[in-house]
Amino acid sequence: MNRTIIKLENVWKIYKMGEVKVNALRGVDLSIKEGEFVSIMGPSGSGKSTCVNMVGCLDVPSKGRISLDGHNIAHLSESELAQIRGRKIGFIFQQFNLIPTLTAIENVMLPMVFQGYSQEDRIKRGKELLALVELQDRMHHRPTELSGGQQQRVAIARSLANNPEVILADEPTGNLDTSTGKNVMDFLMKLNRKEGKTIIMVTHDSYVANAANRVEYLKDGKIIKTKHN
Amino acid sequence: MLNEYFNLALKNLLKRKLRSWLTMIGIFIGIAAVVSLIGLGQGLRNAVIGQFSFLGTDFITVQAGGVQFGPPGSGVVKPLTKDDVEDLNDVNGVKFAIGRLIKTGKTEFDDKVSFNFVGSMPDGEQRKEVEKILGIKAEKGRLLKDGDRLKVVVGNHLLNKDHLGEKLKIGSKILVQGKQFEVVGILESRGSFIIDTVVFMNIDTMREVFDKKDDVSAILVKTRDGANMNIVKENIEKVLRRTRKVDEGEEDFRAELAANNLAALDSTLFAVQLFVYIIAGISLVVGGIGIMNTMYTAVIERTKEIGIMKSIGAKNEDVFILFFFESGLLGMVGGIIGIGIGVGLAKGLAYIGSLQLGSNLIQANISFGLIVGALLFSYLIGSLAGILPAVQASKLSPVEALRYAK
Repeated sequence: MNRTIIKLENVWKIYKMGEVKVNALRGVDLSIKEGEFVSIMGPSGSGKSTCVNMVGCLDVPSKGRISLDGHNIAHLSESELAQIRGRKIGFIFQQFNLIPTLTAIENVMLPMVFQGYSQEDRIKRGKELLALVELQDRMHHRPTELSGGQQQRVAIARSLANNPEVILADEPTGNLDTSTGKNVMDFLMKLNRKEGKTIIMVTHDSYVANAANRVEYLKDGKIIKTKHN
Repeated sequence: MLNEYFNLALKNLLKRKLRSWLTMIGIFIGIAAVVSLIGLGQGLRNAVIGQFSFLGTDFITVQAGGVQFGPPGSGVVKPLTKDDVEDLNDVNGVKFAIGRLIKTGKTEFDDKVSFNFVGSMPDGEQRKEVEKILGIKAEKGRLLKDGDRLKVVVGNHLLNKDHLGEKLKIGSKILVQGKQFEVVGILESRGSFIIDTVVFMNIDTMREVFDKKDDVSAILVKTRDGANMNIVKENIEKVLRRTRKVDEGEEDFRAELAANNLAALDSTLFAVQLFVYIIAGISLVVGGIGIMNTMYTAVIERTKEIGIMKSIGAKNEDVFILFFFESGLLGMVGGIIGIGIGVGLAKGLAYIGSLQLGSNLIQANISFGLIVGALLFSYLIGSLAGILPAVQASKLSPVEALRYAK
């Protein structure tokens, strides 16, 4: 049995909107094992994004416990969380979120800057990763000079920069047409199967969600159903 | 690592070229003002001090009368005399006293007429002292020696066309106060308009020509090593009061320490420079506020980018450094351009000044220290202005920042 890499136990997130309290998450329990490909599905407002922010150490819960590799991260400071994110988690976003002033390879190398890798190592790894997503010939192009699918592949390469155990994809195909989306999904599946990366993906597209081993359905801040593929 | 942040900061600035330029204008006006005005001020100070500081600090000058314009000793009711010089030689603490005659004279050569200072040279040992004090050297020919009658040594600029002209050479015969003299030496340019346009002749000849048998325009007193200057000055005043029969407070002469003259001059120049510093300082503060404003805008504009960087592992301090560098860079690039403009401005103004004055009296004196100082200062201003925006950027929550839509 693979080890558990991320575990959410009774996680609550309560936002205060003025006088009103909004319960974005209401006691979520979720356990993800190394090498799994998990989809989180749900309608908008179901708490998907909040959930993925928690899993990605971008935010801490109001209540409950989140463990990453057995360590509780609920009480860590922002900078400590940043270090964990940088090393252990790679992000892929719906809007690609590349830095517009940087070229493809510079975008891929950026996470390594924050981990203090040498320039030499960064360039070597950056080239490898761009080759992996088949964009070695677009290395020095800026995001605006790339198509949506290409940008998302650069983002995938970037998410792998520090060789994280977990890839967190938030609607990775949401801004892409069907065939480009399928191409991106193929890359993600390849990462999962060949590289053994743990992938957690948020989507509202059931076709995309079904690429995963397991689909968790979220509604009103709670997991209401789990489906194994 | 740091140079990576530097590159990122630079890229961001280059992306917003127009705004970066506009922001930097504030800084480069300030720095250009600082560099050019301080450079010119320093040049002016050097020029002024060069004109008036022939004397070392161990000298006391004695002149008759109060403050006046023109050569010392002119228009004075009761001039100093040879006897006074003798008396001062006996004063305690005095190494020697030299009486000098300095007048304005009419010189003529080759149909050209010039009015300039005519100065006397003492005989014997004292000649060497005066030559040393004035720092004069012969560029052509020789300096005067004892027994040179009807011979003169002339300042370098007398050869200029608005004085006696370039035909003037060793052996030329010139008229001084209507009397014919032979030019035996032309001095090296000393950078002082007094020395550069002077005509020197021996004291005896000068007394004849100007018909001043006993008068002395000024007395130069060199004190003994280690003597207390103020006490020597008081001694001199005591003796002169007695011989000239005047009471304390009603002196018809003035004894001054050379060092004091210089200090007074310096404090006036310092006041001028202070004024310049204040104006430049104001403009730099305004420039700094401009940078701060731009950086705040940049933080808001790049909120999403900050969120992205945080999500891929940038710590708060990384984000801070990035914005801090960017802001410092704005200041420093502004500073570099400002220094360029400032140096150009100072040299240009000095050049125009030299054309107007017909002499290179005022020169821009831009020291290495001034340039380095201006550069560091501009970086400092940029950095300081960037601190608050950078703190704001670093404290953004990644979730909020990522959600931020442009």
